[in-house]
Amino acid sequence: MTIAGSQQADAGSVVPKPPILAVREAGLRFGSHTLWSHLNLHVHPGEFVAVLGPNGAGKTSLLRAVLGLQPLTAGSIELLGAPVRRGHRHVGYIPQQRLIDRGIPLRARDFIGLGLDGHRFGLPLSSRTRRRAIDAMLATIDATSFSARRIGELSGGEQQRLRIGQALIGNPRLLLCDEPLISLDLNQQRTVSSLIDASRRSRDRAVVMITHDINPILGMVDTVVYLVAGQARIGTVDEVLTTAVMSDLYQTPVDVIGARGRILVVGLPDTAHEGHEVAPEHPPEGAR
Amino acid sequence: MNLWSELFSFTNYGELLILLRNSILAGAVLGLTGGLVGVFVMARDLPFAVHGISELSFAGAAAGLLFGIGVVEGSLVGSLIAALLIGILGSRARDRNSIIAVLMPFGLGLGIVCLSLYSGRAANKFGLLTGQIVAVDNPRLLSLVVICGIVIAGLLVIWRPLMFASVDAQVAEARGVPRVALSIAFMILLGMATAVSVQIVGALLVLSILVTPAAAALRVSASPVLVPVLSTLFALTAMLGGIMLALGGSVPISPYVTTISFLIYVACRAWAGHHNQQTRSLAHRSSS
Repeated sequence: MTIAGSQQADAGSVVPKPPILAVREAGLRFGSHTLWSHLNLHVHPGEFVAVLGPNGAGKTSLLRAVLGLQPLTAGSIELLGAPVRRGHRHVGYIPQQRLIDRGIPLRARDFIGLGLDGHRFGLPLSSRTRRRAIDAMLATIDATSFSARRIGELSGGEQQRLRIGQALIGNPRLLLCDEPLISLDLNQQRTVSSLIDASRRSRDRAVVMITHDINPILGMVDTVVYLVAGQARIGTVDEVLTTAVMSDLYQTPVDVIGARGRILVVGLPDTAHEGHEVAPEHPPEGAR
Repeated sequence: MNLWSELFSFTNYGELLILLRNSILAGAVLGLTGGLVGVFVMARDLPFAVHGISELSFAGAAAGLLFGIGVVEGSLVGSLIAALLIGILGSRARDRNSIIAVLMPFGLGLGIVCLSLYSGRAANKFGLLTGQIVAVDNPRLLSLVVICGIVIAGLLVIWRPLMFASVDAQVAEARGVPRVALSIAFMILLGMATAVSVQIVGALLVLSILVTPAAAALRVSASPVLVPVLSTLFALTAMLGGIMLALGGSVPISPYVTTISFLIYVACRAWAGHHNQQTRSLAHRSSS
């Protein structure tokens, strides 16, 4: 159904690095309901992929499949040349935001530390190298000032930065984010997205980010995966976010308007209305 | 004056202390267990579940008494059934609360039936609900120490991944933490801890040893080391203090334990309130 067209574009000039993530002919079906099928996607080191589409298009399921938490009904997904499995140490994950409970006996720095060794059994032991790694990450995400505060007391934006720190401290080759910008104000959106962008540039890390709004990451995205009702289009922003492609995807006339460095999609059908590109004038629910 | 001597009497205190060596040991072991388990009861938002488990534990103990199987065995079976039911059926908070609310009166009713059919000593009957101090003989103490030993050892082994899963189940699962298995393992440990607590402090007052100390500790600290240490210290103080005071009076042990536990909580709240106000005014002063 889809061809990963853009990715061969610069293959001639340099020797292509092997992909970090290779999705081949992947399909996911729940009963008779097909979320997506024949999905092909290669994600290379340093590449920034945005996954867009209306609610229920299977964006989160795609991420869960890459995490090895959701078995496919067709095709395969390979990570660093091997089939995906649960708990891969080269994958960082930032799930949809949910505020952390006050009853959790952890400070911001302990929360980051879970990204290093939280999956191991036994009691956590503090070592100098561990403390240094945490201190460095706290500085990177600009969280040193609240490192000793209770995690449940921090604001949504502060918690979100800490989630990114927790995912990055394991030094993953692939970072998966599910709506990391939702419920953040514009300033925080900029901070968080540039943190993610900087980390992939400096470490040759690949990023796959689900988002309902492409605008905060417009200058960073290399590849767009657009999922609608079992269909998918993959390509650069300019290739996918066009009036022709979007109208074809949604099976209804849709206008894509570029204005002042932003992209707006106008005339979306009601079923796909929610969870889609919204102008920043209408921040998503829960924004502060 | 009469009431005072009913509540507190310290004549022949030294001799009583030697006589009740078993009770004091039991109280110490129980305090240690309750303080540690309580940290996760709070982190996983399970205080109501503890109450539900204790009612079914009471039913089990009453049935054990009636059918001559033994109070320890009965309460353990009741606890484990309740803990597993709540753990498996109630993975979401909303489901969990309704399941507990359904189980609780059923357990209490079942226990009352068994107790009214039982023709033995009345002191035993009352003791299951409100606790007893004098009935800790050697085999009972041994069973208590063994059960608490298993709970503490198990908890220390799964401490770190369980904390990770309690903070953010999705990220922990993505990192390879066996979320479901850990959740069930913890419910089993919680069931065991509840069963032994029911035998000493009584089914109605278990919360004062499995919840209140941890809740108090969380008020004054968010450190992953200090919270369990303080929680254990508070639970030990309540248990041992309660036993010491109860020795002389003719009232059951539990009111002493619950009162000390409650006072510690109030003190911690007051301290935290005072402390927060101070830091806030300091921050205010430095910013202005």
